[in-house]
Amino acid sequence: MNAEGFRALFEPRAVLVAGVSTHPGKFGFVSLHNILASGYAGGVYGTSREVGEVLGIPIVASLDDLPDGVIDLVFVCTPAAANAELLRACAGKGIRAAFLASAGYGEAGEEGEALQAELVALAEDLGMLVAGPNGQGVVSTPAQLCAQIVAPYPPAGGIAIASQSGNFISSFMNYAVQTGVGVSRAVSAGNAAQVSIPDYLEFFASDPVTTVILAYVEGVPDGRAFYERTRAVAAVKPVVLVKGGATAGGQRAAASHTGSLASDDRVFDGMCRQAGITRAATIEEAFEVAATFATQPLPRGNRVVVLTTAGGWGVVAADAITRSSLILTPLPEDLRAALDGRLPPRWSRNNPVDLAGAETRDTIPEVIDLIVGHPEVDAVVYLGLGIQSNQAALMRSGPFYPDHGLERIVSYHERQDARFAQAAADASQRYAKPVLTATELAVTHPDNAGPAAVRASGRICYPTANRAVTALDHLWRHVRHRQHGTGA
Amino acid sequence: MPTLSEADSKTRLAAYGIPFPDERRVTTATEAAAAAATLGYPVVLKLGGDTIAHKTERGLVRLRLGDAAAVEEAATSLLAAATPADGAVHLLVAPMLSGQRELIAGLHHDTQFGMTVMLGVGGILAEAVADVAFRLVPVSRGDAASMIDDLATQKLFGPFRGEPAVDREALVDVIVGLSAAAVADPAIVAADVNPLIVVDGQPVAVDALVEVA
Repeated sequence: MNAEGFRALFEPRAVLVAGVSTHPGKFGFVSLHNILASGYAGGVYGTSREVGEVLGIPIVASLDDLPDGVIDLVFVCTPAAANAELLRACAGKGIRAAFLASAGYGEAGEEGEALQAELVALAEDLGMLVAGPNGQGVVSTPAQLCAQIVAPYPPAGGIAIASQSGNFISSFMNYAVQTGVGVSRAVSAGNAAQVSIPDYLEFFASDPVTTVILAYVEGVPDGRAFYERTRAVAAVKPVVLVKGGATAGGQRAAASHTGSLASDDRVFDGMCRQAGITRAATIEEAFEVAATFATQPLPRGNRVVVLTTAGGWGVVAADAITRSSLILTPLPEDLRAALDGRLPPRWSRNNPVDLAGAETRDTIPEVIDLIVGHPEVDAVVYLGLGIQSNQAALMRSGPFYPDHGLERIVSYHERQDARFAQAAADASQRYAKPVLTATELAVTHPDNAGPAAVRASGRICYPTANRAVTALDHLWRHVRHRQHGTGA
Repeated sequence: MPTLSEADSKTRLAAYGIPFPDERRVTTATEAAAAAATLGYPVVLKLGGDTIAHKTERGLVRLRLGDAAAVEEAATSLLAAATPADGAVHLLVAPMLSGQRELIAGLHHDTQFGMTVMLGVGGILAEAVADVAFRLVPVSRGDAASMIDDLATQKLFGPFRGEPAVDREALVDVIVGLSAAAVADPAIVAADVNPLIVVDGQPVAVDALVEVA
């Protein structure tokens, strides 16, 4: 691994944008804008055929006019034909990494492929790490670096992302903005000419600010090497992967029955299981699973209790658990007795723990603590958060507010929901067990006091119980894989 | 790529612990009857040869033969069914095994990931149901155990219609054995162990086909 090159890519002391444009719609403007707008503290330089000043940065015509040994990373927006000469000059200035947004390489026919092969040879020759080409950029929150031609700049966190599609980098980071579960590094691999997805994954495995790795792949050019390398990475940190084109390449005509059953996707799926890769079915599932790894303790077992303030939610959550590798554990007798002591008789007295509206002011925090703390419970899914604040929102916007006692009750409900969310996070931390909160209010009314408090606790509020269960199921499969040493 | 005869396929895999029934390879009807007497009735009789792959389709398998006369008659008729294109042929005499659960296992060379090993639910609906799990060769015992867990039809592995649960360790042995065969014998490019019948909870490879490079 070119450790120095990765350091230059993700932690540059100064950045050069090559091919700066004055046109705010061009890559050469947008990338400079994004670097400056996101608070990058290092030096920023620009080159262009047109000298002058863009966004307050002096733009020079030649690298000769830039200081030596100061700049680590060049963000390249110049045409492919100009890049060989540019990179040689950059190497002369001590630049150790380049991100090429330029198109016109491997994706552009035979001529482009030849250019791409030359680019790789040149990168090796210069000892420079060359990311891309034809990529959207690189993000690194520890360096407050947003060197990309797209938005957004995500909040800081533990998720590192590498993608064969730059747009999915954006999608994942949009989810990071929405949920508040942040990103450490993100890189669009583009054509992955010199630096491939496994290269990034290996760097992320060694990266102290990264706790979980998220990858989008379509093709895997060298399947065996991908398997061996990703398996080693997954032994260090969770790797969540979503694969595009999963349904392409169906069964082939084969002489053997085994061969006719060996679709690309089945083999890929087996490879993931063996490597300990968490394979997600969809983009949103991939992000939510990564966010769960990043923010929840790993479960020590698969016994789950569902806590709900009202009926149907719990029933559907129980169905989802039944279809997963998790167990809807029967309520332990001593826990049932303890809950009896705090709830009027109409609660469900089983799992799901359905409070049936029986709660009073302090019931929910107490019940959460009792359930999460019980030694025969490994994880909790908590439903119904925010329901009272939702009513409060209607009261607040209605014609009678703040009279008739509405101001007081609205404020009470909002305080209570924030308190319940905090109680879930506190119990999770205290007992080192996953406690997942789910409500559609997380997306329908994200400002609701419940989901807002979940976000404030640094966790993700799942939009449905099913999605919380799916995430928890992946965590448990990951734990079981490690316990059984499969893939070893 | 040549496909080995059933008998040669089994010989090729038996060294790696694939559980095959005790069976005899003979060339005459008299020898077949003698072999059947040793194995105990009922028996299965199959015509084998280097170029004979699809025995069932050609009617070259006789099941549930209950006595010496039945064996000799079937043997004579099978030997007569051989065509010059079949080349040298032989008879396989095997005990008639019965079990209600059929599995399938095999080896397949994937263009992207190289040699893989498979376990699946077998029987005539195997390809339609496609309840299968793959892993890359070589596999650990843990990998093999997780393949069993991956199959959707978990009820097949518990006690089933009066038969005991499948011996999972024995099934792991089959998967690990196929993987070991692929590693040690690189000439093997594909293999089917089909059906892998569960007899009193134990997997037994009733038929096998190996393709070599």
